[in-house]
Amino acid sequence: MTGRTLVTGLGVVAPTGLGVEEYWAATLAGRGAIRRITRFDPSSYPSRLAGEITGFDAAAHLPNRLLPQTDRMTRLSLVAADWAFADAGVAPAELPDYDVGVITASHSGGFEFGQNELRALWSKGGQHVSAYQSFAWFYAVNSGQISIRGGLRGPSSVVVSDQAGGLDALAQARRQIRKGTSVVISGAVDASLCPWGWVAQLTSGRLSTRDDPRHAYLPFDERAAGHVPGEGGALLVLEAEQHARERGARVYGEIAGHASTVDPRPGSDRTPTFQHAVELALADAGSDPGDIDVVFADAAAVPELDRAEAEAITKVFGVRGVPVTVPKTTTGRLYSGAAPLDLAAALLSIRDGVIPATTGSRLSPAYDIDLVTDTPRPAPVRTALVLARGHGGFNSALVVRAADTPTHGRKA
Amino acid sequence: MGATPRRRAVITGVGVTAPGGQGIKAFWNLLTDGRTATRRISFFDPAPFRSQVAAEVDFDPELCGLTPQEIRRMDRAAQFAVVTAREAVADSGLAFEAIDPRRTGVTIGSAVGATMGLDEEYRTVSDGGRLEHVDHTYAVPHLYNYMVPSSFAAEVAWAVGAEGPATVVSTGCTSGLDAVGYAADLVREGTADVMIAGATDAPISPITVACFDAIKATTPRNDDAEHASRPFDASRNGFVLGEGSAVFVLEDLEHARARGARIYAEVAGFATRSNAFHMTGLRPDGTEMAEAIRVALDEARLNPEDLDYINAHGSGTKQNDRHETAAFKRSLGGHAYRTPVSSIKSMVGHSLGAIGSIEIAASVLAMVHNVVPPTANLHTPDPECDLDYVPLTARDQLTDAVLSVGSGFGGFQSAIVLARPDREPR
Repeated sequence: MTGRTLVTGLGVVAPTGLGVEEYWAATLAGRGAIRRITRFDPSSYPSRLAGEITGFDAAAHLPNRLLPQTDRMTRLSLVAADWAFADAGVAPAELPDYDVGVITASHSGGFEFGQNELRALWSKGGQHVSAYQSFAWFYAVNSGQISIRGGLRGPSSVVVSDQAGGLDALAQARRQIRKGTSVVISGAVDASLCPWGWVAQLTSGRLSTRDDPRHAYLPFDERAAGHVPGEGGALLVLEAEQHARERGARVYGEIAGHASTVDPRPGSDRTPTFQHAVELALADAGSDPGDIDVVFADAAAVPELDRAEAEAITKVFGVRGVPVTVPKTTTGRLYSGAAPLDLAAALLSIRDGVIPATTGSRLSPAYDIDLVTDTPRPAPVRTALVLARGHGGFNSALVVRAADTPTHGRKA
Repeated sequence: MGATPRRRAVITGVGVTAPGGQGIKAFWNLLTDGRTATRRISFFDPAPFRSQVAAEVDFDPELCGLTPQEIRRMDRAAQFAVVTAREAVADSGLAFEAIDPRRTGVTIGSAVGATMGLDEEYRTVSDGGRLEHVDHTYAVPHLYNYMVPSSFAAEVAWAVGAEGPATVVSTGCTSGLDAVGYAADLVREGTADVMIAGATDAPISPITVACFDAIKATTPRNDDAEHASRPFDASRNGFVLGEGSAVFVLEDLEHARARGARIYAEVAGFATRSNAFHMTGLRPDGTEMAEAIRVALDEARLNPEDLDYINAHGSGTKQNDRHETAAFKRSLGGHAYRTPVSSIKSMVGHSLGAIGSIEIAASVLAMVHNVVPPTANLHTPDPECDLDYVPLTARDQLTDAVLSVGSGFGGFQSAIVLARPDREPR
């Protein structure tokens, strides 16, 4: 119950890079992947930019029989999971039965697969609906397919809390490790860049309608006017400390603390709970605000949401009290995939002693935060805070720290 | 760990919206009468489909207290969840003014989210499938909430005033067990004192019916809708789609005792395992479900012999009922033959992610009344299903500990153990 939960493997599928090192090099160089949508013709829609993954050839990585039964987000997930296990040096099949689980977050399931089958249903009739529709679109599909591909028979789950879900999945994975499972692969990969997904996303009212990729997603900037969606995310191998140490695993860091909250109903006179989530996560990690070396912000790029986040950060950490960054300005917001990808970036910041920049944004004078802009900032990073918020008032906060940090005096 | 007593999660409130009538009473009457709520689908013309039967809820959202705006913005499954959560809170006697909203969380299970709303909206924005580039100007403003079912958890949180951890658990047909297991963990570890936990699904729409037709998972017994769901019977040929919701108030045992709450049962053990085999297929030996049962019993500190009743998944597909029977024998040994096992899906159908919670509600009520609900429509037992499935009529049975299991697409196998909190630990 008291052992720590360590991250020992990363699998990244991002618009800016396939694989950890490609993604990280692009992130540090500030190379953006936001551009006009190519997957479908976006000209009839008010928003036309996205962070698309290009150059992903599913057939090069997965057996042919899996292709007709999987949505794009599932194919990306399966490959991310393969890469995470390879990076960790873990072969799940060689571990004891029930010792490896999978816990992912989902946002909208295999929405494109669902779109195609809905189209078949309404244009041609029910008998034209795919035999795979019963599972290929639903929210549990990535956990199920990863479990089957890797032979993972341990505890599995799937959580949905909009964009906050990626962190909630990781917390649930840590919970299972504390209860005795050795390894859990966790995180999220999302993709819903299809006309039906686009129309549904548009109704959130939070999408940028700008056409210049450099000015479309600018959180904490006076020019902020919504976000650009993207596709992708990250899966991480979480491992019980003893298990990782015994096999001499390379360790990226420790999942040290987590908390999640939901805001009161819109229009309520009660205080929003985002700051409370941050404070609870720090307490869970046994960290003081002064221990945090960088905050990976949620960064909605909607002025009132940016203000709420900046104010919460300032209240907890003081005026310009901690570096804040948003590497996702280069990828777009990846829904439940966003925060696990930020967590991967946080662990790489710890590894390399550098904080990536918020490419493109100029800090609005309205916010008293230390936003890292323009170029990466070299800094020793031992502890990082990752924040995520979801539509409907979901707030989630997760603390990671270097694994060689002594636990003495801390809550394990 | 010092002198702090182990926190325990107990159920203190129950709400049910199930086919056959709104609320706990109607639900329990249906089950103990052995009546069925399956019928020819009335929501749309089912004639083009292979399977034309379902267990539908006669639900009037306005009568159930929802406002016109709530009705407009919520998918039917969300409406079920909100109404049922309010019923559970009322049943628990919990005064929300008196508790800390930030120590109160929500977990709602759902397999297919707002699938009815999505089906309907797709039909409109695609103009009946004519437009590949669907037209955003015809989209309803809350379509995003249909796309992402965490909106269900937000709606329930807003309805009851919870501000702690909130999420939707979406693990296919085990969602309803998994959401309650998740909530129990949050109570035990101290993240929350109270959890509003349950599940909802409203999948009776053309796309769902078509997708199960395609793999022949649902029954084609359209000429006898009332007797179409036949778990463990030799003539069973698929499940009957259902809909509904059940929601519970879970709280820490000491919290419940301190306010003098009626305690229905402790969520004493829970586990989930994966078969890592096939997205829709099951290995006949039931190994992984058996493992989940063993771990859940262990967590509950109970032996197989302590179980008085098993609430089965019993979907009525050929492979499920054999798989499950094997899992009971594998995990419980000879006691599998001595414990009554029943499937309420024979009466209320299979509401995908919701049914796990609805079955927990049935299990709780079995403990309240010391009556075990029957398996309806079971006339000719399958020789390969040779346990005591309580055919046709309810049975008086002292019920202090219950096992409920679920099995679903994706390979998920879950088991939950409910027990009286004052039982003797082994």
